[in-house]
Formats: sequence, C-alpha cells, structure tokens
Amino acid sequence: MIAGLVHIFSQPFLRYAFFAGTAIALAAGLTGYFVVLRSQVFTGDALSHVAFTGAVAALAAGIDLLFGLYGACIVFAFALAALGRRGQADDTVIGNVFAWMLGLGALFLSVYTSSKSGSNGTTGVNVLFGTIFGLSARQAFTDAAVGLGVCVVIVAIGRPLLFASIDAAVASARRVPVRLLGFIFLGAVGVTAAAATQAVGALLLLGLIAAPAGAAQRLTTRPFGALWLSGGIAVASLWAGLLLAYAVPQMPPSFGIIGVATLIYLVAFALTGPARTAAAAS
Amino acid sequence: MVTAAVVTTSTGLSWNLIGDYRQLLLYPFMVNAYRAGTIIAILAGALGWYMVLRRQSFAGHTLAIVSFPGAAGAILLGLSASAGYFAAAIAAAIVIAAVPRSLGGKARSSESAVIGTVQAFALACGALFVSLYGGFLNGLTNLLFGTFLGIAPAQVLTLLAVAVIALAALAIIARPLFFATVDPDVAEARGVPVRLVSTIFLILLGCAAGEVSQITGALLVFALLVMPAATAQQLTPRPALSFVLTIVAGLLTVWFGLALAYYYPAYPFGFYVTTVGFAGYVAAVGGRTLAGRSRRATLQAVTA
Repeated sequence: MIAGLVHIFSQPFLRYAFFAGTAIALAAGLTGYFVVLRSQVFTGDALSHVAFTGAVAALAAGIDLLFGLYGACIVFAFALAALGRRGQADDTVIGNVFAWMLGLGALFLSVYTSSKSGSNGTTGVNVLFGTIFGLSARQAFTDAAVGLGVCVVIVAIGRPLLFASIDAAVASARRVPVRLLGFIFLGAVGVTAAAATQAVGALLLLGLIAAPAGAAQRLTTRPFGALWLSGGIAVASLWAGLLLAYAVPQMPPSFGIIGVATLIYLVAFALTGPARTAAAAS
Repeated sequence: MVTAAVVTTSTGLSWNLIGDYRQLLLYPFMVNAYRAGTIIAILAGALGWYMVLRRQSFAGHTLAIVSFPGAAGAILLGLSASAGYFAAAIAAAIVIAAVPRSLGGKARSSESAVIGTVQAFALACGALFVSLYGGFLNGLTNLLFGTFLGIAPAQVLTLLAVAVIALAALAIIARPLFFATVDPDVAEARGVPVRLVSTIFLILLGCAAGEVSQITGALLVFALLVMPAATAQQLTPRPALSFVLTIVAGLLTVWFGLALAYYYPAYPFGFYVTTVGFAGYVAAVGGRTLAGRSRRATLQAVTA
C-alpha cells in the first residue's frame, strides 16, 4: 500500500495532478457551497459552457488557451452579475445565451481542427473532458496559485456573503454591500470554472461545484461546517478519482472524480432521506 | 428545369433563392435532413413552449445531456444510437419527476444541486463510454454538436412515430397542463391531477430532448427547445398565438440552419442552427423594446 503510494508520487505527472487538483477542488467545493445556497447552479452551468468556448476560441486564434479561458469566464461572470438586479439573471436569458455560446464553441472547434495548427481534435476534446494527467509544471503551479487565491477570497468574504445570500434585504439594511459581494462572488466562480476546466473539463466541472455542496448541505445545517465539509468532499473526490483512474487506465480521470463525487452525494441522500429536503432548503 | 438544376450543381448561393432551394432538395440526404428537421422542430416547439412557461429550462437541458451517454452507451453495446437517445432521456425524465418537490419552490436550491449532479455524472459516463469505445473523436463531436448528414429513412420514420405519439399525448393533457402551469394551487383545488400531469409532461419532454439531440447534438438542443419559445413569448402574450409562433420560429430556424450548412459546409450545422435561433431571439427582444418605447412616446404625446 505504502509502496504503491510512493510509486505513485515518484511520477511527475501524478504529482502535478494531485498538487494542482487539490487546490482547484478546494476552490470548487468552497465556491460551490455558495453557488448552491444562492440557487445559481444554472449560472455555474452557463459559465462552464463559456469556459469551453473561450478556450477553443483562443486555440482557433492561435493564442494561449489559458488567456481565452480566464478572459471569457471572468467577462461572462461579470456580465451575468450585471444583468440581474440582485446579481441573478433570468433562466431563459441564460439558456438562450449559453446555447449560442456552445454553438460558437462548435464553430471554433471546427476552425481549429480544420486549420493547419491543429493536427487533430484531441485538444478540443481535452477542453471538454479535462486533461489533469497532462498538466505541465507551469500549468500546475498556475492552477494551484489560482485555486488558493479563490479560496482566500471566499474565506475573506465568507461571513458577509453568507448574510447576503440568506437574507439580502436585511443584509443591505445592515450596510452589507450585497451587490458588490454578488459581483466578487461571481468573479470567483468564473475564475474557479476556468481553473477547473483544465482539471475535469468544461462539461464536468458542474459536478465538482454542485455535488460536494449538495452533499454537505444535506449532512449538516451549520453554515460554516457545511462550507468546509463541501471543500473537503471535493478534495476527497479528486484524490479518490485520481487514484481510481491510475488503477484502471481505461477510465478517464474526470470520470473517476465526478463518479466519486456523485457517489458521495448519493450516500448523503440515502443517509438523510428525502424528508430532509424541505428542512435543508428552508 | 430539373435537369438544368442538375447540370448547374454548384455550391454557393445564387440570387435565385427558390432555384437554390430546389437544387438543395435534389439530394436524398438533404431531403431526409429536412424531413427529420421539420418533425423535430414541431415537436420541440410544442414542448419547448410549455417548458419555457414552466421555467424548466434547466431540466430540459439535463434531459438532453443525459441522452448523450445513452447514445454513446448504445453504440458501445452495438445497439442503435437512436434507441439509446430515447431510453436515456426518458429514464432521466422519470428520475427527475420522482425527486419530491415541496410546495412553494422552497426546495429549489437542493433540486438544482440534484440536477447539476445528474448532468455532470451523465456527461462523465458519456466520456467513459466514448473512451471505452476507442477514442472515435469525430463520433464524439457529432454526438455533442450534431450532424445532419447520414440520416437514414428508417431513422426519419422512428422520429415521426415518436413525435406523433408524443404530440397526441400532449394534446390530451394540453388544457390541464396549461392550467397547472399558470396556477398550480387553483388547479389542484379544481381537481386537476397536477403531479400526474407534470410527470407526463417531463416524460414527453424527454422524448423531445431525445429527438432533438439526434440532429442538433446533445449540447445544442436549446436551439430548438428554448430559443423559438422564448422568441415567440417575447412577441405576444397571447397563449394560442405564441404557441403557433413558436412552431413557426422553430421550423424557420431548422430550415435556414440546414440551408446554410449545405451551402457553407466549412462550419458545423450546430453553429448555424444556434446562430439563426439566437438572432431571432435578439431581434424579438430588440423589436419589443423598440415597440415599448414608441408606445410610451405616443402615450406621453397624448397625455401632454
């Protein structure tokens, strides 16, 4: 067992995957708690599609993928925050915009794969489903730094953000800057989405955001307990998923990570039962 | 006339749009694509109209996404992809309907977490199946972003049969469903079986999502499921009129999208169909804003 772990960490690509993945998963778990609390899962979904389009657009234009990824996510996150009065946009508007975004993504993907610089479609598929085992040292350090930065921001604004999320009217009466917090928060979600795209892929990052937070909210009613539990579940899912993918080479690592997160959510659901649904949400 | 068109078989649009249209329909694969597209646009328009009204866009999106691992799994097992689309989307509809929803929308946040988790897990399964199948990348992009090529006449027949059954079922529950959507509490008090009607609706939505996925790809179903309905509901508040407009908008979206994809084959069909749909939506929102402004201006002029 220990010999196996030593063997695993002697390989650089696995070290990078664990190093960057831990920071990204913690960031996703912490932001995810507030995403679920504020009923913004659909917004997170839209951001993940924008991450795909941004990354593929950068590839098609021949510039660094990271530039397109972070640029698109942050701009779109602020646009969504500006659209809604309380920093929440209408479902139908989001649906229309992100369907078109995906269409644009399909366009850029075909431009990229048919141009000379893109030899095959692998990179585009990697953006969709993640390449955590393919991170370079530089990417791993960037991702880890970004993930930790998001965690620091969330912890710093945690208390007022919780207040604003639970009762916006009372919070603004108490001079909590509700709107500003909404902006900062969605910006943090955008950055997390961009970082998580590299780990689990644009299509699957919603699982890393929604599943741990949903499980944590079922397991405890204490807000900060649930916040840290959500982060912990996300990190545990990532570790277990990476080990699974290493043990079973046919399995893509993203599937391992999302599979474990879903399993934890199912266990939490089974432990608490459907009766808790109303209590947990009210 | 027909022979002349055959002789001048060229790609690229001319100024004679009707001639272009005839030329396009000389190819059996385009005829099949138009037949399939027309069936799908009608079904998606009818169910999408209710879906937008009921604010279940997120659920519709999830049903479509679940159809992707269904199709990928069916291909992996050597079954028909078409059957996989339907089986997965309908099964997911039953699961979502079974999750208890408390009154007054209090459980909304936990319901979103469920839907988000289901969605991500379904996509992860799809990725697993595709990787087990052996990295057939072109097939993956077709499953996700759609293709209008290679639709067999048998597939068109399947689409037609499912669409006719689903539309007949929708016609039976149409009135109670509308009542339950607009005011669930009063409908319940009047003896409308709200829960049953909602479940049937979700299953029908699963059928529609499974059908649309086969043409637009699992990720782009919103082009036909949400965009036409959202466009029509911008244009008129009257239910019957906006229902008809939804189907018209859906048909136009598919027809234009297919024609563009045929004449400019460099870019994927999914891009054209979402762009046409989105342009329609933006035009409707813009037109409504302008109309509202001019009406307000006339009101001010009258009162001044």
